Amino acid sequence: MAKLTYRHAVARGIAQEMRRDDSVVFLGEDVAAAGGVFKTTGGLLEEFGGRRVRDTPISEQAILGAAMGAAMTGLRPIAEIMFADFFAVCWDIVANEIAKMRYMTGGQITLPLVIRAANGGGLRFGAQHSQAIENWAMAIPGLKVVAPSTPRDVVGLLAASIRDPDPVIFLEAKSLYAVSEDVEDGEIVDTLGTARAVRDGGDATIVALGPMVPKACAAADELAEEGIRCEVLDLRSLVPLDTRSVLESVARTGRLFTVEENPRLCGWGAEVSSIVSEEIFGDLTGPIVRITTPHIPLPSAHALEELALPSAARIAETVRKALAS
Amino acid sequence: MDYPERWEIDDDPSLDEAALLEMLRAMLEIRGLEDEIQRAFTKDLVRGSTHLCTGQEAAVVGACSVLRTTDSMVCTYRGHGAVLAKGASLAATFAEIVGRETGLCGGKGGSMHLTDAGVGAYGSFAIVGAHLPIANGLALAARQQGSDAVSLCFFGDGSTNIGAFHESLNLAAVWSLPVIFFCENNLYGEYTAWRATARVDRLADRAGSYGMPGVRIDGNDVIAVRRATGQAVERARAGEGPTLIEAVTYRHRGHSRTDPAKYRPDGELERWLKVDPIRRLENLLATRGVSPERLQEITAAARDAVRDAVEEALSAAPPRLEALYEDVYA
Repeated sequence: MAKLTYRHAVARGIAQEMRRDDSVVFLGEDVAAAGGVFKTTGGLLEEFGGRRVRDTPISEQAILGAAMGAAMTGLRPIAEIMFADFFAVCWDIVANEIAKMRYMTGGQITLPLVIRAANGGGLRFGAQHSQAIENWAMAIPGLKVVAPSTPRDVVGLLAASIRDPDPVIFLEAKSLYAVSEDVEDGEIVDTLGTARAVRDGGDATIVALGPMVPKACAAADELAEEGIRCEVLDLRSLVPLDTRSVLESVARTGRLFTVEENPRLCGWGAEVSSIVSEEIFGDLTGPIVRITTPHIPLPSAHALEELALPSAARIAETVRKALAS
Repeated sequence: MDYPERWEIDDDPSLDEAALLEMLRAMLEIRGLEDEIQRAFTKDLVRGSTHLCTGQEAAVVGACSVLRTTDSMVCTYRGHGAVLAKGASLAATFAEIVGRETGLCGGKGGSMHLTDAGVGAYGSFAIVGAHLPIANGLALAARQQGSDAVSLCFFGDGSTNIGAFHESLNLAAVWSLPVIFFCENNLYGEYTAWRATARVDRLADRAGSYGMPGVRIDGNDVIAVRRATGQAVERARAGEGPTLIEAVTYRHRGHSRTDPAKYRPDGELERWLKVDPIRRLENLLATRGVSPERLQEITAAARDAVRDAVEEALSAAPPRLEALYEDVYA
């Protein structure tokens, strides 16, 4: 057991899988010699060498194409897209090629590959380096979408993603890189599609993802002091989605709040809300409420970005008001 | 500038008659199947679109003739010929295009998405330029696994103006990947003449920007195509990196089935029909002493093979409805 930061959990997860499986290779911009612009991949080049840990030119299409082609014939590539915003310059490879290959070829080709990216806001990077793109990825049939909220989950879910036979978009919360927790030694392998209850309570269910999980927990702690008990569910992956855990929780509490970092329109919370409405409408005791970033490009200034992103205070206030009405 | 300098094609004494006849067979079968596909679409046997490679057979057949099954090949939506040249069956190819269960991809791919992984045909791609980066990945995997397999990537002149082309050639050069970037310059990117979209004299010159050799060849000369590709493959297998080949050829038909190609200058098609790659190879065989009867036999055999394949494909069942949800994981 030792303290592990979310940042160092990335290299630990990759190293764990590269040690056990020679077919795992890792490529991206500044990932090898520099150890990653977020210092998430330090030490990998030294341990595994330049054949398996590769720096690339600033060429996102080439990076993902190389990962895809290599996955077709037996490698298990991990590709890094430095900021998730940059998916926009290589979205063809993601949406038209990687996501569709297994289906379109009648199962002749599978693509065991992981695309990691630093996702979301909170660091004042402005509109082109702060987007939370989980809803882009979720909208494409053929992509798994994973977003860990803790250092331990980074290791375990990354391992599960690398071992998965199909493509996974792995979204790391750049605002959480500095967060640390005690994590046990030894191999950690988790399971995709398993939500986790991180706070217990019977008055309402708050469903959150990635960096919204600690904010939802802080809100739940604040509300608990007022006697409002919320269950906080960390979804951990959007695809596969653990609908069973969500439905069981909402059936028990009667109220659902989603906390999404992605912009409001077509955010993942709308999908969760639709599933709950269709499946257990009769168990709801009040309207479903979505707490999201507004449908705007993210501003850079501290005060404005803070206002745009869901905060613990906004979550707590929204729940408090909704339950009181 | 783009038209072949001579009608006759040079012989290559290192190729025996069997090798030449094999290339002729492959070209005739592709020509025959494309004619059947056009017929199938005009009879509304299938919907959607189709992009025929009629006239460009020497490029795909000549290039694939130097590959092994373990070498990979990716191509474009104008890829029926390339997939056949790599070894896919006529019947399964046609069945895929007409949406049958016995198609290469069980009917889920269609005309623009033919894949036969068993013969190293890792897909025809319908987004212009999208597969060039993927060809690099196939080459990277081969390298990483200690194999001397190479990756052959067909694309059109139109692809050379898209970003992925530049990213891919650069990365392939930087990593010395065993890739052969094979540009079939058929003079038109969709409906627009290639010289209206580029200011270089030869697309092959673009190789210089990436530090790799670039060669321009007569793409209607199957022997020249085979020789140039063979040299590029040799370089790639030896670890000397990628090559760009520009094979100048001509699309006998329009861009897609709905395009009558009225943008072509008067007489251009007729001029290029004179340098039909199949006629030129037949002429070479005749000069080698192959009898007209033997050539007719081969033509007839190709015609029969295509007819049988079409019958077989059309008699196959459409995909089972349960297939809609097969190979779904997310």
